[in-house]
Amino acid sequence: MRYDANAIEATGLVKRFGKTTALAGVDLVARQGRVLGLLGPNGAGKTTAVRILATLIRPDGGQASVCGYDVLRDAHQVRQLIGLTGQYASVDEGLSGTNNLIMIGRLLGVPRSEARARAAELLARFDLADAAARPVKTYSGGMRRRLDLAASLVGQPRVLYLDEPTTGLDPRSRTDVWAMIRGLVADGVTVLLTTQYLDEADQLAHDIVVIDRGKVIATGSPDELKAKTGGQVLLVAPSDPGRLAETAMLLEAVAGAEVTTDVGAGAVSAPVTDKTLLPRVVRELDDRGIELAEFTLRKPSLDEVFFALTGHRADDEEGAQTRELEETR
Amino acid sequence: MTAVAAPAFPAPARRLGLRGGLRNTFTLTWRSVLKIRTNMEDVIGLSLQPIMFLVLFTYVFGGAIAHGSTHAYLQYELPGLLVMTVVFATLGTGLMLNQDISSGVFDRFRSLPIARWAPLGGAVLGDMVRYAISIAITLGFGMILGFRVTTNPAAAVAGCLLLLAFALAMCWVSALIGLLVKTPQGVQVFGFLAFFPLVFGSNLLVPTATMPGWLQAFVKVNPMTSLTDAVRGLLTGGATATAVVHSVLWALGIFIVFAPLAVRVYRRRT
Repeated sequence: MRYDANAIEATGLVKRFGKTTALAGVDLVARQGRVLGLLGPNGAGKTTAVRILATLIRPDGGQASVCGYDVLRDAHQVRQLIGLTGQYASVDEGLSGTNNLIMIGRLLGVPRSEARARAAELLARFDLADAAARPVKTYSGGMRRRLDLAASLVGQPRVLYLDEPTTGLDPRSRTDVWAMIRGLVADGVTVLLTTQYLDEADQLAHDIVVIDRGKVIATGSPDELKAKTGGQVLLVAPSDPGRLAETAMLLEAVAGAEVTTDVGAGAVSAPVTDKTLLPRVVRELDDRGIELAEFTLRKPSLDEVFFALTGHRADDEEGAQTRELEETR
Repeated sequence: MTAVAAPAFPAPARRLGLRGGLRNTFTLTWRSVLKIRTNMEDVIGLSLQPIMFLVLFTYVFGGAIAHGSTHAYLQYELPGLLVMTVVFATLGTGLMLNQDISSGVFDRFRSLPIARWAPLGGAVLGDMVRYAISIAITLGFGMILGFRVTTNPAAAVAGCLLLLAFALAMCWVSALIGLLVKTPQGVQVFGFLAFFPLVFGSNLLVPTATMPGWLQAFVKVNPMTSLTDAVRGLLTGGATATAVVHSVLWALGIFIVFAPLAVRVYRRRT
């Protein structure tokens, strides 16, 4: 098998709901055994794309295949290869954790005793053994999410869709979910991950597709995306805050580009387009006798990339959500 | 896609077949039955509601309607209460389908390689157990209050089976409501709006003689009247053959109209 065979291929996906166009021709490719991050703000069309790829809704245009099976023509085969954990696909609140997993195993044709064993194994792996016999409606948000993830793994899927798997989770649960995803990828599972969290995509994804308002606006690895929008950024902080303005003028003159001054941090920054810039800046600073507290070259964060690409922040609700989380703690 | 020599995973099956579909349905029936046990509200509703109806109707209306003889009224109303309990119990089918759709459980099912109709079939079959429970409780408690089957055991069993068959037809009406309405609360509202006139606009609790002519006309064509007549006849005697035939035809008719409709809406919505 070719190493870079594609697990998911979609071209020109279009989906309309009444007058709104959720997807306006989306192409994406997920390489075998890799994590494809589908990144975009609320309402960008991420979930619609996942639902099409999971055979839950039919596209109005375009084609998509999973491991070579067409999502429309070969939906039954596709369903044998995928696992879905989403904001929507969910577990049964009225059943216990164990019975939820046994039910899915039985639906997949696994014999009863084996379904029971697999349920127990997954519950242990997701740290839910103690709550196994309790009805899911008594679970916390994090526990439910873990059970959701366990439910999507009963069928040992080749391709796993994770639709915002960590939205609303506290930081510790989020790190746990990340670790689980890394473990699955190590086992050769292909993951399609949608997220509003840029650091999540940065942490997990090998490739990223950024969509906004139903259109793909950028693709590439996290590093490529960061490079695409202005390359690196040079940050200079003088030891003496009084010389900040002088430093800014100097940097602007040498870099020949617009400089951003952050008075609060006592630092100025400028985009780096030319590698010879650094030694020149150091020489000039030394000539003037400006001592440095900080002199760093860094990549722009995905946040900055996203802002540059779309002209708006990744998600305005994110702040509200974080606040909510902090209030409940 | 790519020229793959040998896939790293076993090739997925092309189709499921009827046997697989039935197995899926039975698994989902198991789930429905399991949920009756774990859902206390459902258990209370299923068991206490018929008991409450029996006590209230027998002792509140009994004296007035049967001129002082609550026993005579109990003999008259119990078959009607069986019909009422079972018909209202079918509302649960629509409610559960609606919850499954809005909670995302159905999306999970649909992402699995199972028969498309299995979730519907499982819900309906599982609910047959609920209907049987409500029939048993109504009949059992009625007997404690003094109700007696005056025909024979075989006729009584036939009466219960007829009730189940009718419920099996009516639950598709409920399923359709459950699939069309957005929220569980909406299912309750629309279900009661649809079922209340049917249940009470019949000879279920009172003889039709005192009703105005236009209402009598409705009562006569109401399938609940045929069903009540049939069950009444099978449990306490009287002319039954025509009523049984009418009830079976009604059940068949309702099933033939509403089951395909519900399946169509189900396919479109999910």
